[in-house]
Amino acid sequence: MNIIETKNLTKKFGNITAVDNVSFKVEKGGIFAFLGPNGAGKSTTIKILTTLLSPTSGEIMVDGRNPIKEQDAVRASFGIVFQDPSLDDELTAWENMEFHGVLYGVPKNVRRKRITEMLEFVELSDRKDDFVKNFSGGMKRRLEIARGLLHHPKILFLDEPTLGLDPQTRNHIWKFIQDLNKEEGMTIFFTTHYMEEADRVANTIAIIDHGKIVAQGSSAELKLKTNTNSLEEAFLALTGTVIREEEVKGVDRMRAGRRMWHK
Amino acid sequence: MNIIYILWMRQLKRYFRSKARIIGSLGQPILFLFALGFGFGPIFQKAGGGNYIEFLAPGVICMSILFTAVFAGIEVIWDKQFGFLKETLVAPVSRIKIMFGRTLGGATVATFQGVVVFILSLLFGFTPTNIALIPLSLIFMFMIALVFTALGTTIASLLDDMQGFQLIMNFLVMPLFFLSGALFPLNGLPGAIGTIASANPFSYGVDAVRGLLTGIFHFNLMIDFGILTVMIVLFLGIGSYLFRKIQI
Repeated sequence: MNIIETKNLTKKFGNITAVDNVSFKVEKGGIFAFLGPNGAGKSTTIKILTTLLSPTSGEIMVDGRNPIKEQDAVRASFGIVFQDPSLDDELTAWENMEFHGVLYGVPKNVRRKRITEMLEFVELSDRKDDFVKNFSGGMKRRLEIARGLLHHPKILFLDEPTLGLDPQTRNHIWKFIQDLNKEEGMTIFFTTHYMEEADRVANTIAIIDHGKIVAQGSSAELKLKTNTNSLEEAFLALTGTVIREEEVKGVDRMRAGRRMWHK
Repeated sequence: MNIIYILWMRQLKRYFRSKARIIGSLGQPILFLFALGFGFGPIFQKAGGGNYIEFLAPGVICMSILFTAVFAGIEVIWDKQFGFLKETLVAPVSRIKIMFGRTLGGATVATFQGVVVFILSLLFGFTPTNIALIPLSLIFMFMIALVFTALGTTIASLLDDMQGFQLIMNFLVMPLFFLSGALFPLNGLPGAIGTIASANPFSYGVDAVRGLLTGIFHFNLMIDFGILTVMIVLFLGIGSYLFRKIQI
């Protein structure tokens, strides 16, 4: 059974084709790694799957529904940890969690209990009443992950979840995610630049480059196909060694500016 | 209901936590009351307009509501830029509820700001003629706040970054304020400016608040109420529509 399917998914921004005829399937209860160099179309694909962008053409299905037509049903089915921060800095850790819980309709008593548990798990309990603006990058990341899991989604999207985390935290978080996957059958869809991470946890890997899927399969299959010994080598064999540059939008410029001001 | 409440609450928390913003936004109304109020007072009196502070204070109260409200709406751009909007937009909640919750929150904050300026204006010698009408004037302050928070949100839905902010301030908010009768009486104005002021929805808000606090109307309360109601419905409608179309 597939929980996510795309068929010839295409997204154009003006004359740039960010996602080009992409088709893939994610098995229910699986861990799916979506890999690719910067600017390959990973985040755009995730935004389409999570109803933030509408595709130019192609078909998509998430949890048996169409993210364009049945937005709210699809939204209720997943949790997401975005690549860039999406916390409210002016609220405390607890308030950010509370806000999320209310938006997802988690009943009050369950909500309180889960927030306490999740904060415990990401080791932020003692900082729960601190403003997020006083958190380090790693702490914010942990809080975002805790928040994404608060409503026990069927699918968890993780867009470079472990970026900037130390190996201890990374292992800790992956172990938890793998447990959720096993015990609750939660489907995991993630992107990462750490190849060994994908190699270790993913059942299925899709590699996207220039908006097109260039290979799909298990890690072993990809290595076999490219005649290489590691996923990193396989990845480089498939996508080349040229360094990519990402389009910078106004929003990113602004973020950079803000970071500068707050230094 | 819960959802609208938490969105409303968030606006309030953000506002009351930034003390600098509250104090900073009081500077302008104080300056207006002080410089204009006392500066133009004698001339206004000589021209037979009566006590200028009496006339000016409701205008300055409405000004601070206008500025705070538009800014509260525009804040959506910050949420867009600092990522928080994504968090609300992927949640299984209708965009209209998000728009309503935010607008109510922004409008509450703006009304509060208006009340603070009202209290300050009493220190400058402003004396409302009928204390019993103050609660009703608060309702009109809230209506002004709703119109312009919704307008701010509408504009913010169309913009990607704060670069357009100056443009909005100078070509929309400032003209709304200066061409509204907040600072001068609308009777006997030369053609163009009188027409513009009558077409400006903010004029009706100022008129209602001034009328209720000082007893002097240019239009009348029913017209003010009608225009503000239409504007609330209109901007909430357009705002919700555009808000639904936001793609990140």
